[in-house]
Amino acid sequence: MSKPKFKNPVIKWIDYRLPIFTFMDHELNHYPTPKNLNYFWNFGSLAGIALVTMIITGIVLSMNYTAHVDHAFDSVERIMRDVNHGWLIRYIHMNASSFFFIVVFVHIFRGLYYGSYKAPRELLWILGVLILLLMMATAFMGYVLPWGQMSFWGATVITNLFSAIPVVGESIVTWLWGGFSVDNSTLNRFFSLHFVLPFVIVGVVILHLVALHRFGSNNPIGIDVKGTQDTLPFNPYYTIKDLFGLGIFLTLLAAAVFFFPNFMGHPDNYIEANPMVTPAHIVPEWYFLPFYAILRAIPDKLGGVLFMFGSIAVLFVLPWLDRSPIRSSQFRPIFKIFFWVLVFDCFLLGYLGAMPAEGIYVILSRVATGYYFFHFLILFPLLPYIEKTKPLPMSISQPVLSSAATASASATREKK
Amino acid sequence: MFFQNQIIRNKHLIKIFTFIIMIFLPQVVLSAGDNISYPKNNWSFSGITGTFDRASQQRGLQVYKEVCSGCHGLRLVAYRNLKALGYNDDEVKAFAAENSVNDINDEGEIIQRAARPSDKFVSPYPNERAGRAANGGAYPPDLSLIVKARANGADYLHALLTGYVDAPAEKKIPDGMYFNKYYAGNLIGMPQPLYEDGVTFADGTKATQAQMAKDVTTFLAWASEPELEERKRIGISVILFLLVLTILSFFAMRQIWAPIKNK
Repeated sequence: MSKPKFKNPVIKWIDYRLPIFTFMDHELNHYPTPKNLNYFWNFGSLAGIALVTMIITGIVLSMNYTAHVDHAFDSVERIMRDVNHGWLIRYIHMNASSFFFIVVFVHIFRGLYYGSYKAPRELLWILGVLILLLMMATAFMGYVLPWGQMSFWGATVITNLFSAIPVVGESIVTWLWGGFSVDNSTLNRFFSLHFVLPFVIVGVVILHLVALHRFGSNNPIGIDVKGTQDTLPFNPYYTIKDLFGLGIFLTLLAAAVFFFPNFMGHPDNYIEANPMVTPAHIVPEWYFLPFYAILRAIPDKLGGVLFMFGSIAVLFVLPWLDRSPIRSSQFRPIFKIFFWVLVFDCFLLGYLGAMPAEGIYVILSRVATGYYFFHFLILFPLLPYIEKTKPLPMSISQPVLSSAATASASATREKK
Repeated sequence: MFFQNQIIRNKHLIKIFTFIIMIFLPQVVLSAGDNISYPKNNWSFSGITGTFDRASQQRGLQVYKEVCSGCHGLRLVAYRNLKALGYNDDEVKAFAAENSVNDINDEGEIIQRAARPSDKFVSPYPNERAGRAANGGAYPPDLSLIVKARANGADYLHALLTGYVDAPAEKKIPDGMYFNKYYAGNLIGMPQPLYEDGVTFADGTKATQAQMAKDVTTFLAWASEPELEERKRIGISVILFLLVLTILSFFAMRQIWAPIKNK
């Protein structure tokens, strides 16, 4: 890579001593990117932008928020009513959190479909799962801060999960609460952690990007880049594509913020927290529903907690569970079908998490939970021994040059 | 074949939209919630260009003041906010002055003074316990957020206010409870609040039960979401701006990628 030539003398002077401009030129401008990426590769940069949006709106909110059980609810209403455009900042923060999860879930399923977790990108994937886990913790604590009924009772239910740990469980819960119930000290520490964890996420995101730029993006065909004929410089090809994706993302986010700001929330959270009144149904935010369904599917409390955390834990070890050397599902006809079964299964779990834990819902939850773990623990390791995969193209640009065999293969693919 | 043809790329877009729809679907199921369905009303403030009907809001304020405020507070709304309903400074001042609030004078004594526009609506009870004691143990909730704090907000509230009917013969109504066909469990601690001609509207509108329910709901919807009109107005400009940006970036993208795709 030749040294970039900067014309501006100030930039030249700085770059000679501190090569940040060379670094940015290298990683954002020339950065070679596979030329066949589809729109599913937009979701990584969207997630980054969502994170920045959350941090900026969050800092502004924190300037007007009071973390005290007697004042938290009213301070949020003050933001909504008296702070200039406070309603806008808060509604962006509320809705962007949901959009952040939508984007990250699509990003994860993209990785699953195209095998982006396979060697040499195992650490990239693991850092991503770590980001998901940190996001879940941050979102959970953030939901507690407005101190509505769902905030309070959600916090009570979720922190109580830790009491399932044998022997020390009860002590751990008391330690988490900083008292003997969800109270002022709980709210204070949740605010503190909700403020600091996003910056931890930023740190892990930087590591995620360093790991990404080591080997570059995976691609829909899932075979390695063979040379410059397979890649394009990131700028302008993918900056403009990301901008187009961002335009769609922001339009949808704006539609939610301005016209349906409370659609993804629960009305009960506009009732101030009251430890003496339990809501009829305690429901977590929608992005936790699949995990909530797994938790409730297991009749034993400790078992439920273990399976719920297990559903994330299997993602950490996925690079070693999947024995197939082929990355992209495009060349794995059976795996491809099961992938969509898994997607359906996760939506089913989400639906079941919102339903009361009774009757048919309990049975369905168990079946759906069973399938989830079957998919990761049985299917991923064993399917490669049975499945007959399609022939891989020689390289990303090879289908254009076309050898007889893959030309016919791609022809059948195009017909579909 | 590397930049596969248009059909395949469109398929990806369809998949993205399917994802989005599937994400939102459970929410729709969720918000359907209870089995009771409420009659849908045509609210002035619904839809993307909806605004509050000022006359209806003012009548609603009158209903709140003469009927609801005996038991229900509105503690998050300040008298000064009433200017949004079309009242001028003097009217707001006079409206506030009808109430008295506790304060401390320069000598440090607790005094009662007339409320000012900067004060919040005075609640009928000094605290929750006083409210419960006066209402047979049931606490009349504060109405500041009532439309946001109930599923189906405005429609629910309107249904509840007009939902007092004769109880079925087999239903036992305990003392101090009333039958309402739209309340969960049908037994509500609030007696029927709205009767025909319960208030005399200043603008001469006939005060039917449905009219009063509609007006007070419009007023309370504003109390819950005072930013609604500004929000929707800004929203339309923001979305138009973003659509133009998105369309321009789409064509810029096409242009930049053209040499690669046509190779």
